[in-house]
Amino acid sequence: MSKEKNWKEISLAAVPSKSSVSFLTGDWKTYMPNHALEKCVKCLTCAILCPEGAIRFNPEHGQVEFNFSFCKGCGICANECPAKAIAMKIPEEEE
Amino acid sequence: MNGDEAIAYAVKQCDVDVVAAYPITPQTIIVEKFSEYVANGEVQTEYVCTESEHSAITACLAAGAVGARTFTASASAGLALMHEMLFVTSGARVPVVLAVANRALSAPINIHGDQSDSMAERDSGWIHIYAENAQEAYDSIIQAFKIAEDVNVSLPIFIGVDGFTISHTLERVDTLTDADVREFVGERHYPTVLTHEGKTVPFKLDPANPLTMGPIALQNYYYEFKRQQEEAMKNAYKKIQEINNEYAKLSGRNYGNGLIDTYKLDDAEIAIVVIGSTAGTLKDIVDQLRTKNIKAGILRIRTFRPFPAEELKNALLNVKAIAVMDKSMSPGGLGAALFNEVRNALYDAKQRPIVVNYIFGLGGRDSSPSELHKIYDDLYRIAQSGQPEKTVTYFGLRE
Amino acid sequence: MSTQEWKFTAKDIIAKPDLFLPGHRACAGCGPATVLRLILKATRGPTIVTQATGCMEIVGSIYPYTSWALPWIHTAFENAAANASGIEAALKIMRKKGKIKDEHVDVIALAGDGGTYDIGLQALSGAVERGHDFLFILYDNEGYMNTGIQRSSSTPIGASTTTSPAGTAIPGKLEKKKPITEIMLAHDLEYAATATPYYWKDLITKVRKGLEVKGPAFLHVFAPCPRGWRSEPSKTMEYSKLAVESCVFPIWEAINGKRQLSTPSKVISLAPQKKKPVKAYLEGQGRFRHLFTPKNTHIVDEIQQATDERWQKLLQQCTSTNP
Repeated sequence: MSKEKNWKEISLAAVPSKSSVSFLTGDWKTYMPNHALEKCVKCLTCAILCPEGAIRFNPEHGQVEFNFSFCKGCGICANECPAKAIAMKIPEEEE
Repeated sequence: MNGDEAIAYAVKQCDVDVVAAYPITPQTIIVEKFSEYVANGEVQTEYVCTESEHSAITACLAAGAVGARTFTASASAGLALMHEMLFVTSGARVPVVLAVANRALSAPINIHGDQSDSMAERDSGWIHIYAENAQEAYDSIIQAFKIAEDVNVSLPIFIGVDGFTISHTLERVDTLTDADVREFVGERHYPTVLTHEGKTVPFKLDPANPLTMGPIALQNYYYEFKRQQEEAMKNAYKKIQEINNEYAKLSGRNYGNGLIDTYKLDDAEIAIVVIGSTAGTLKDIVDQLRTKNIKAGILRIRTFRPFPAEELKNALLNVKAIAVMDKSMSPGGLGAALFNEVRNALYDAKQRPIVVNYIFGLGGRDSSPSELHKIYDDLYRIAQSGQPEKTVTYFGLRE
Repeated sequence: MSTQEWKFTAKDIIAKPDLFLPGHRACAGCGPATVLRLILKATRGPTIVTQATGCMEIVGSIYPYTSWALPWIHTAFENAAANASGIEAALKIMRKKGKIKDEHVDVIALAGDGGTYDIGLQALSGAVERGHDFLFILYDNEGYMNTGIQRSSSTPIGASTTTSPAGTAIPGKLEKKKPITEIMLAHDLEYAATATPYYWKDLITKVRKGLEVKGPAFLHVFAPCPRGWRSEPSKTMEYSKLAVESCVFPIWEAINGKRQLSTPSKVISLAPQKKKPVKAYLEGQGRFRHLFTPKNTHIVDEIQQATDERWQKLLQQCTSTNP
């Protein structure tokens, strides 16, 4: 509670002062998409249907990229990938 | 003109951007009259004939959120249907102006005047001002925009007028020129807020400066926003008095200090505290009593929220017996809303007067001057004996 | 509506920044979350969004955070269309008076099925009758998911919800889904359509068409909810496809009352052998699990029959209004 601002410090009428892009939801996931670049046909179906907007196309690298800070591990991308380039896996624990 | 027409005329002069309303007796004349102004091109206002009062207040709130000056009117069941949105509007800090032609609530259904409708909205976070007559209704609407839209207030406000007694009764009303009203009210100003983009911008929905209005605030923040509303009410307390003075300079008319309006109260030993048009009738009775050397007075509460507790306490310092007249009921409660408030405020007084409650006028039940006279007779007896007879009296009821 | 149809590619859609931002708190696999992202890809300039109370309103605006990159307002549950009325009226008059920039601003009202079919229907009907220039988008997840999966008048027959539970005496919801888009069409709308997120190109195009209409437009978007439907989060888009393939939720549009099937449904009308049985759509969803017991299989047959009848009726409507 101590970090939260008092009533004089916050904006009028609860106007939010932060974008949710600073609220990471990546740690919600159990399964992690594993993207096989060699199979990817770059159709972007995964990026379009992702509920999080966590998949992007990087024009510099010419590749589809996952933002694991937001990915909740739902597996829609894997289910919909026409090239079967994405597999959902439980990440191995890092010691 | 009658009170409703006076209100519509004031709204016309205030250059309101959006009026959204749904007709209901005894408010209907306001929206009918205003529709005429729109139909004849006399106003630059978008008039939205909503399908309910809930949508009327919602549309005003949303239009206000975009930055528009907005007005609506209602009464009774209509105000009750707005109930949810009254709280949302004050919490959203959008300065909507609402005229309430006070009317009884169902059941049984009744179209006549009492204040059950607006008293039920006591805790809605709105500024509550009640007029005594059509002239004051006109003046108060003009003041209302300036109070509500003050950047340190930014709260919705309603002006209450007694149904039929004020809304439908023809009176002489002195009006200001359009130019004077425009200058007095001015353009709407906006408080500033910090957005999620890190910008400090005017508090309104503007594609150039996106901001989010009406989010969910949970246990960690909700309370803080409610405290902000209380602060806005404190600011309104000062602002209402300032604007009352400022308006007096322009019009030559003032209503007490804007919060309370007293009549022969300075040396009074007995007094009636009341809201609305009844104060006018009581003045004649007080004048009669004064000829008999009975020191009677009146304190009319003009502003019910923010409640003028300090002013009330000071004004009633030397009064021995007080009758608080309520045009509403709180079934099962110890007296009604105004009584509760007044007796509460006087609890801290050095010399606590005797305070009793008279419930009256429900469903438009008429109270004649001779009947009202009896309240002062009761107070006189109570002041003499120093003993209250009854805490709550159902005045004018067939027992 | 403009005569030239807006063309775009998957790359264009991905290149356009999200206006419903990541970091929202929707469940994993949320159908409505994809719907919101995609809808906003169709915006064509300054836009104000208003949203009814509901799960998607909550997940995107938990103070002090917001997922809304454009101006957004929520006031209550039953009044998204009334909000839109007020916004549109204010924009119109303030622009006329020179109080705001002289530019057109699109107004989008969003609501779930509760805020559209049930508590929000009055405000919606009123706003449409008054002719406000706005697009109302219904994301239909067929129940009150925000409050814990209660039935709405959009919940389909047979579905088990917490207020229409599948019990030993009553096998889930007994009443059929209210035909909301028919109700809206009866208001003489210039544009009304149905869509699902799996057919994203169709969905985005329809949003743009709805925005282009000068006056009210209505878009009904089917949005599976894995939490409420007791379905696999990964299958959300699959169900939004199966619903179309089984004709449980055909996609179509009506321009000035003239109906026509959108491509995925049109394909089925031309090649009826491609139409999947409703069983394929129903059986993976936990909310219909009880229908696959010997006692209740007749309900699956009844759903199939009702679906076929609705589909036939739609085909006739498409022929009769658009010969």
